[in-house]
Amino acid sequence: MRMKEGPTMKEHLTILLVDDDQDFIEQMRYMLESAGHIVHSAPGREKAMEALDGMKPDLAVIDLMMDRNDDGFVLAYRMKKMYPEVPVIMVTAVTSETGIDFGSSADTGGWMRADALLQKPVRFEQLDATMRRLLNG
Amino acid sequence: MADEIILKLLVVDDEAGMRMGVRRALRGFQTETDDTGTTVKLTVDEAESGEQAIELIQSAPPDIVLLDHRMGGITGIDVLNWMEQNSPDVIAIMITAYASLENAISATKKGAFDFLPKPFTPAELKVAVRQAVKHVLALREARELAEEKKRVRFQFISVLAHELKAPLGAIEGYLYLLQDGTALKNPETLPRVVERSLIRLQGMRKLIFDLLDLTRIESGEKKRELSRVDLAAIAMTSRETMLPDAVARGITITLDSPGELFMNGDRGEIEIVLNNLISNAVKYNRDNGAVTVKLSDSADEVTISVSDTGIGMTPEECEHLFGEFVRIKNDKTRNILGSGLGLNIVKRIASLYDGRVSVESTPDVGSTFSVVLGKGNEKDRVAADELTG
Repeated sequence: MRMKEGPTMKEHLTILLVDDDQDFIEQMRYMLESAGHIVHSAPGREKAMEALDGMKPDLAVIDLMMDRNDDGFVLAYRMKKMYPEVPVIMVTAVTSETGIDFGSSADTGGWMRADALLQKPVRFEQLDATMRRLLNG
Repeated sequence: MADEIILKLLVVDDEAGMRMGVRRALRGFQTETDDTGTTVKLTVDEAESGEQAIELIQSAPPDIVLLDHRMGGITGIDVLNWMEQNSPDVIAIMITAYASLENAISATKKGAFDFLPKPFTPAELKVAVRQAVKHVLALREARELAEEKKRVRFQFISVLAHELKAPLGAIEGYLYLLQDGTALKNPETLPRVVERSLIRLQGMRKLIFDLLDLTRIESGEKKRELSRVDLAAIAMTSRETMLPDAVARGITITLDSPGELFMNGDRGEIEIVLNNLISNAVKYNRDNGAVTVKLSDSADEVTISVSDTGIGMTPEECEHLFGEFVRIKNDKTRNILGSGLGLNIVKRIASLYDGRVSVESTPDVGSTFSVVLGKGNEKDRVAADELTG
């Protein structure tokens, strides 16, 4: 795998992956596992909360719109309450439909409890760069 | 409690006595709408000149204007001209000095809703105002309906966009995996990547086809070809179409039907109903389950009921099942692809036959979907056969 030289990021991260689209989970799993990370996946908010009871991930990748339109927001919010220091990458295929202006930058400071926002489909290089920025910064 | 609407009426006349008279005649005015029984009341404002009328219409738009034809300065016709350009939603009743046909014609040409010849009685005034109120309410309703329609359309299109983007994103994601070489690193994943991409493509195709069905039904543009069709024969074909998917999972499809069952219908529509119901019964079944398609009829209706031994639904899940883009999302349905439009299409078709749809379901036991369709003029034919036979 073409992992760029990242000076301080841990080699084997534990990553929580939450999406109701099983194909997205599979794709991310291929990417992340081939880079040596350990992936825990959950198909929705409730299952993700259950998973978080027993483990603290190094990073979470959460889909914005799952069974309910705001599931991603709510999950990110709750997770940040439990583990404020764990970075959250929000992913979505939808921007305009939500009626939310995400702004030009991928960063979503302020009210949204996420550290970065990525558009689907997510490319590995992009994900890797975002992870490095969040974990090394 | 019944609703109450208060409309604003502006009386424009340079004679104070006239304005006073109108105000007095309309004191306590009240009327009720025919359909909802909503009480309509009026507040009355006055303007003593055309100039003042225009000012008031701009600053506090009334619903109805009672407009004197002859005034010093700007005349009633001038005000009417201005209203036509600037506030076309305000209803005008022209008060004409004499019952002059010429005045009446020119006023209605300029968009006046009605005219009231001077002198008029309080009763005549009330009749004219009551008519105008009805018109205002009808216009309002039409506007609200148009807005509601637009809103529903927009919502539909937003959801549709999302439903189309999701499989596109998934397929794109798999292609990127292939391009990046990630999937190739472990050759075992390659068939999986291809299989999943194909499944998402098929799902997308199904969505597009369902969408076309829906559009045709909704727009009424597709000419319905009503003829005498044999429901039993269509069900048999539909069963055979669905059989490969069923057999692959050990599911049996049993057809419980009289030898033939005639109704007056559009073959294409009946096929869509049966295909959707049977394909759902297979998709949401358990492996080695059973599907039973039962056809029966009465004098003027046929009943199609399709039962499965599948995952079933809770009463709450059943409630919205026939809406647009409704998909029950849980662990049991996660790997089942569907457009979320199939049952909505079935319901729309049923309504074309004065029919109805219903569902009975028990979680983890199974569901029975029933569609009742009117036989159309087939029942007349049966009656005629009985008479002549």
